[in-house]
Amino acid sequence: MLDIENLHASVNGTDILKGLNLSVKPGEVHAIMGPNGSGKSTLGHVLAGRPGYTVTAGKVTFLGQDLLELETEERARLGLFLAFQYPVEIPGVSNMEFLKAAVDAQRERRGEKPIDAVSFMKTARETCKAVDLDPVFLKRGVNEGFSGGEKKRNELLQMMMLQPRLGILDETDSGLDIDALQVVARGVNSMRSPDRAFVMVTHYQRLLDFIEPDFVHVLAGGRIVRSGDKSLALELEARGYAWLEEEVA
Amino acid sequence: MSQEHIDEAISREYAAGFVSDIESDTLPPGLDEDVIRFISARKGEPDWLLEWRLEAYRGWQQMTEPKWAHVHYPPIDLNAVSYYSSPKSMKDGPKSLDEVDPELLAMYEKLGIPLHEQEMLAGVAVDAVFDSVSVATTFRGKLAEAGVIFCPISEAVHSHPELVRKYLGTVVPRKDNFYAALNSAVFSDGSFVYIPKGVRCPMELSTYFRINEAKTGQFERTLIIADEGSHVSYLEGCTAPMRDENQLHAAVVELVALDRAQIKYSTVQNWYPGDAQGRGGIYNFVTKRGVAHRDSKISWTQVETGSAVTWKYPSCILRGDNSVGEFYSVALTNNFQQADTGTKMIHLGKNTRSTIISKGISAGHSSNAYRGLVRMSPKAAGARNYTQCDSLLIGDRCAAHTFPYIESRNPSAVVEHEATTSKVSDDQLYLCQQRGLDAEKAVSMIVNGFCKEVFKELPMEFAVEAGKLLEVSLEGSVG
Repeated sequence: MLDIENLHASVNGTDILKGLNLSVKPGEVHAIMGPNGSGKSTLGHVLAGRPGYTVTAGKVTFLGQDLLELETEERARLGLFLAFQYPVEIPGVSNMEFLKAAVDAQRERRGEKPIDAVSFMKTARETCKAVDLDPVFLKRGVNEGFSGGEKKRNELLQMMMLQPRLGILDETDSGLDIDALQVVARGVNSMRSPDRAFVMVTHYQRLLDFIEPDFVHVLAGGRIVRSGDKSLALELEARGYAWLEEEVA
Repeated sequence: MSQEHIDEAISREYAAGFVSDIESDTLPPGLDEDVIRFISARKGEPDWLLEWRLEAYRGWQQMTEPKWAHVHYPPIDLNAVSYYSSPKSMKDGPKSLDEVDPELLAMYEKLGIPLHEQEMLAGVAVDAVFDSVSVATTFRGKLAEAGVIFCPISEAVHSHPELVRKYLGTVVPRKDNFYAALNSAVFSDGSFVYIPKGVRCPMELSTYFRINEAKTGQFERTLIIADEGSHVSYLEGCTAPMRDENQLHAAVVELVALDRAQIKYSTVQNWYPGDAQGRGGIYNFVTKRGVAHRDSKISWTQVETGSAVTWKYPSCILRGDNSVGEFYSVALTNNFQQADTGTKMIHLGKNTRSTIISKGISAGHSSNAYRGLVRMSPKAAGARNYTQCDSLLIGDRCAAHTFPYIESRNPSAVVEHEATTSKVSDDQLYLCQQRGLDAEKAVSMIVNGFCKEVFKELPMEFAVEAGKLLEVSLEGSVG
């Protein structure tokens, strides 16, 4: 589904990713861990196509297409979703309006008509319940005045409404209390299916207690330096990253 | 001007035989008293109105063009303007939409304007005309039943001279300012509305007007009188792009809300803004003002997206106790457009209240200024004003300015002013794009969200059109 070969990328002239390789198959959940500044978040943004993030070498194939050739919005419509670490506010634009526009953009790409307001509202309300968000949030401005936890649950709401093929979660667990973390985990687990994959960027083993990954990768110095199963995460939890960095050096 | 000059002018007029058999439909450029006499004569106006115009003209000659607005444009040669041009005959118009500029049609399409209205706006001389005549007749019948007078002001001069004479120039005096004086001297036509005591106007005075809008002239003059306890909602303008050969537009609008009356005046202004390089475009220098008597209310709502240069301050004189003034504005500038717009709330009566919500959006190389005055007079005990003035910037080459003036001479009056400036951030666009929206759709959604408080004041169907209008006006502002 997603194949990354020898990816090099820079931000503001600084090289961050330096030859990253990763292959994700449908149905899999990959966890990307690593020390601060190793390029974990950069990877998500490069895949999503954030302006200012320059790919200097390498190749990324997503669902058979050359991902790097596509515009940001085209990648999204194809089914790539990035849950942001710091979701921005868009005052005055209601969550509902925003969600519907996003859903309709995907439908349009598939040659479908815009979703009718009634079934959209029904799905949106049900999804709110699933992520433990009061439906009143649908009427509020996108992330406007939301608490940190509400913003994260709002990201999850968007992901569940859009039903992407690949969900990239950028430190979705940071700043969440244990209850909120469980809500997020329940949401992601409910979406796991044989034709959908997840890439979770995280600092902590804690998230992986609730969302069990098939693979764990350690990103350091812009490359994946170690891959393993979930036991690798436990080892990291116990020993930290320093030993790995030393080994690589 | 000496008596000899006047006499000479009058005799010249007769010598030229202006009144009866003029061949040309358009006067040569330039302005003098003869021109005013000609205009007045062509309209068959009574002597008092001719004198009224001449007095305005004489005052205007002593005045100079205002320079205080935050706009820059080359000097306007007012002697190069032709001050009278009779409406073009329908026969000269295109025969069908096939003959109309495709760019214009594409714009109509985007705005979702119905086909028959497209034809009227483009001046197509086909069945559409019959259609509009019948529609107009139906409206007129309904209005007449309610006792509402709604007609061109040139017609009202003849059919209701007592009302026109009583109120014309009472809100915006002839010598109020340079452009208002010019308008008073040479005004072409405009609307006249009178709502009798206690009558609630049975419809929005909009659809009918929209049909006729395309033919209104360069020096438009509108007078609306809402008698005691009456209600009226009036909608001026059109979301369709308006092209006009006349570069200078100087309109005057006067509103009179008598005791307990309510007037809601909405404007959508979409005159030609010039091209992307800032060439051409309309100069729109407008004076709009209303007088609110006891317990009455005047509400201005405007959506301004057109014109190369806009100079416009719809204002309320809150004369009567407990009267209310409101101003809701969205002004959008793109490319090289310049706007200096806002309002004046003059609180004279006790417990008068005013609200100002202004939303300025600047994109491209444009400049957008809010200029507002809130004045609390010594007698305005207990008066209140709330002003909220927000600016949104798109890109990094545009400018937003705010010039609030507050004069309070009553210790019990309360004036509140809030202002914000924000930018459509790259992060907001990225979030939208990551969810599958293209950049233009994203910007228009963000801008619409920013304007929501004003749009909800517009008549329903117009709010939708106004949203689309912003979208069209913002095209090319990102990426």
